[in-house]
Amino acid sequence: MSKKKDLTIVCFSGDFDKVVAAFTMATGAAATNRKVTMFFTFWGLNVLKKEQGRKFLGQGVLAKVFNFLMGGGNKLPLSRLNFAGASPGLMTSMMKKHNVATLPELIEAAHALGIRMLACEMALHILELERSDLIEEVEDVVGVATFLNESEDGHIIFV
Amino acid sequence: MINFLDITKETCPMTFVKVKLQLAKMEKGQTLEVILNEGEPLNNVPASCEEQGYKVLSTEAVGDGKHRLMIEK
Repeated sequence: MSKKKDLTIVCFSGDFDKVVAAFTMATGAAATNRKVTMFFTFWGLNVLKKEQGRKFLGQGVLAKVFNFLMGGGNKLPLSRLNFAGASPGLMTSMMKKHNVATLPELIEAAHALGIRMLACEMALHILELERSDLIEEVEDVVGVATFLNESEDGHIIFV
Repeated sequence: MINFLDITKETCPMTFVKVKLQLAKMEKGQTLEVILNEGEPLNNVPASCEEQGYKVLSTEAVGDGKHRLMIEK
């Protein structure tokens, strides 16, 4: 049996549909015996916020406004046909109807499968977010060098 | 004791995920019975279990496009 390549997924996007795609690939890969790392940066960090709704996080005025407008996991927009935020809810109900795992279920599965979830240090810094603003499942806050080292011999997917 | 899992209503990737997590909870030597659909689950779940070092004891069609898979951890 040849060793399967590790998989690293860079979650740059905070769009609902893209995040679902990232977690689907991640959990599928982990469940079929691949070591998986997810590296969240910029908009992708919204998925990892403890605060699922909109909250003024950070210290400066700009960071507060940005964090409020971006929101958390419940506020991820659909990349197309968002309809002022109504679509992710509609999409979730369609997913449930067809027995497709919802985003919270996928995140829970990712954690249960031992997928490493890493947050980008630089993006956290810009947005003035602290480790304590992120969910417990986040294993570490790292820089691009760590991410590159860890994905050296594996596949990298950018979402 | 036989562990049982019906993944016929699950879709990708939860088909694999549920089997993997169930096997992780079990003791070595225990058996898991999985009911799965033909196509993607039947093509890949047994192979994926074997890769992890588990033993596929049998697969049999149970009608309606469903199959019974027996795995020993």
